[in-house]
Amino acid sequence: MALSRRDLLLGTAGVAAGAVGSQLLSASPAFAQAAAPSYKPEQGASLRVLRWTPFVKGDEDSWLANTKKFTEATGVQVRVDKESWEDIRPKAAVAANVGSGPDIMLVWFDDPFQYPDKLLDVTDIANSFASRYGGYYPGLEGYAKKGDNFIALPLAAIGNGILYRESMLQQAGWSKFPEKTDEFLEMCKALKAKSKPAGFALGKAVGDGNNFAHWIVWSHGGKMVDESGKVVINSPETIKALQYARELYQTFIPGTESWLDINNNRVFLSGDISVTANGVSLYYSAKNDPKLAEIAKDIRSTVTPTGPVGQPVELHQTTSAVIFQYTKYPNAARAYLQYMLDKPQMDEWITASSAYCCPPLKGMIDNPVWTADPVNEPYKRASSTLRPNGYAGPLGYASAATMADYVMVDMVAEAATGQRTPEEAAKRAEQRANRYYRV
Amino acid sequence: MAGAALTRTDASTMPVREPLLQRRGFLGLLFMLPAAAFLLIFLTYPLGLGVWLGFTDTRVGRPGVFIGLENYQLLWEDSLFWLAVFNTILYTVAASILKFALGLWLALLLNEHLLFKALIRAVVLLPWVVPTVLSAIAFWWIYDAQFSVISWSLMKIGLIQSPINFLGDTTNARITVILTNVWRGIPFVAITLLAGLQTISPSLHEAATLDGATSWQRFRFITLPVLSPLIAVVMTFSVLFTFTDFQLIYVLTRGGPLNATHLMATLSFQRAIPGGQLGEGAAIAVAMVPFLLGAILFSYFGLQRRRWQQGGKD
Repeated sequence: MALSRRDLLLGTAGVAAGAVGSQLLSASPAFAQAAAPSYKPEQGASLRVLRWTPFVKGDEDSWLANTKKFTEATGVQVRVDKESWEDIRPKAAVAANVGSGPDIMLVWFDDPFQYPDKLLDVTDIANSFASRYGGYYPGLEGYAKKGDNFIALPLAAIGNGILYRESMLQQAGWSKFPEKTDEFLEMCKALKAKSKPAGFALGKAVGDGNNFAHWIVWSHGGKMVDESGKVVINSPETIKALQYARELYQTFIPGTESWLDINNNRVFLSGDISVTANGVSLYYSAKNDPKLAEIAKDIRSTVTPTGPVGQPVELHQTTSAVIFQYTKYPNAARAYLQYMLDKPQMDEWITASSAYCCPPLKGMIDNPVWTADPVNEPYKRASSTLRPNGYAGPLGYASAATMADYVMVDMVAEAATGQRTPEEAAKRAEQRANRYYRV
Repeated sequence: MAGAALTRTDASTMPVREPLLQRRGFLGLLFMLPAAAFLLIFLTYPLGLGVWLGFTDTRVGRPGVFIGLENYQLLWEDSLFWLAVFNTILYTVAASILKFALGLWLALLLNEHLLFKALIRAVVLLPWVVPTVLSAIAFWWIYDAQFSVISWSLMKIGLIQSPINFLGDTTNARITVILTNVWRGIPFVAITLLAGLQTISPSLHEAATLDGATSWQRFRFITLPVLSPLIAVVMTFSVLFTFTDFQLIYVLTRGGPLNATHLMATLSFQRAIPGGQLGEGAAIAVAMVPFLLGAILFSYFGLQRRRWQQGGKD
């Protein structure tokens, strides 16, 4: 195999990250893997944190309260700025590239793999968390660990789940939400017959569209690339998934191919559809609105149905915390994240996020929030069913660009709406993905 | 003046060269410097950088290296790019023709004697004045798949049974975004042409009427020829605005459904910023330049030709 310039760059990036890692290890006292490393913030240190705009109010309050406690304990001033979630990616990339900006950022998906050599190694913090709290869920770890080193600290999965109207299901003759994809299709047909159809976003919805498309393909065993990064989307499994999507689409409310992230929320709350997939925030917007009390009482939740692969697999949204190497106060930054992501603070934060955020460590999964409301419960499984977006290949430029170009979403939408046959749609997705995963 | 006079006497008495600051050429250059610097920093540099990026594999977060025409080669083989080119041309041509026809018509109407003339003219400008993003969000609701006010009204009247799929069906979506762009662009064309119409001397029309010209003949042989230099300028701008439209599409469809409304500008953004492929995004943006140059050249060498303007042929 001939080495391309890109391979070489990626290679050097890895080497650089490794070098930094070893540097840090030698600079700081040697720790046993299990013991929590302790970092003494630099004299006069102050930090800037840039995070995504919270989706639920409790999240922000709790995050800021924990930050305040950190400041009180260490004297390190921390300024927390926020930015709309879709703007985080370019901002973080520019900060990494330019070498100035916030010291810490909460980023999305495979962002850390876009500039791994610009990030501070946090392996010892991650390893100590992992050994103390039962280890990371593999999906979230995949977004943070490059080789043997952590370039980011997994923070949370923003769970995607099915929300449905119990009364409408009962009218259609279903007392229980189906767990398998084929029964799910039957139920959607029954709901359509009762004029209370299901609806899932097939438009360019960054969150909902990707969640739905990845679930359709993964649940049937299709995947964009194999372990080596070779594009294998044009497979019999994908074709099956697309045939399924075509049948399922015909039970949807009309217009789903134009839906952006917000549309399903509006339609669900207006009572026109019986089933959709969303974060738990949709339930809370009904629950917190006195006018929607009736609907809120009728809302139930569950995980997306399991397909032929036999286990639930989902994309969800994943957020990780990164420290940029350019920070003037690396120890303060490490101490901050170590504090914020430790169990006592995480427990508070997860509780305050009202089931919107699912913790990355198995030892943190037990939280009163999951039983506080029966609708919360399925979202507890987000971290365990989560799969990184570039599955099953390496994360990096190609995985990010493929998702940003909506290759998966377009493929599912083209086949579902009948614009192309499943075979054509899969072939086209293969061509498009190959532009990024250069063959 | 005094300075100039002094210089001249100085020059005649002393054969020495003028002081630098008093030489016409140098002063001219000096005075142009701020404007030139402004242009260089805010126009030439970004444009040059954009063109350069198109020849590199720069990504957000990683400086690129020169890769020649590789981006363009990849785009050439990319069916999505060609779909975006097709969409952009369709969007520009259809919207520009409609904007011109309706805008000219509106201008002719506004040029008649109307009650509350000033008020009506101000109201007509509204679509142009409202920020695109705001009006686009209003339209997003108007075209909503479930809550569209248009569908709702038509269903109440009993003309249709189910909501119109404005932005979900590929053909509907194309028509919808074009009409929305036309709605927004008409005022610009209408008000500018109205200004032109008002410069036409009434005596020309009076003379033609006396000669027995019909109103169509007056329009064809007086109004249109006199207006045509202005039409050329207005339509050049209109084509440029339409070709580079981004906000409307981004709010309404983000290029969907099934990429049927993806324009070159939206595709460029999608690839460059969320996708991180700055080089490729820049290449798509640069690929718009030939089309734009073509439009400008057409209007300058075509529409502004004197013979055409005077109703003759080449």
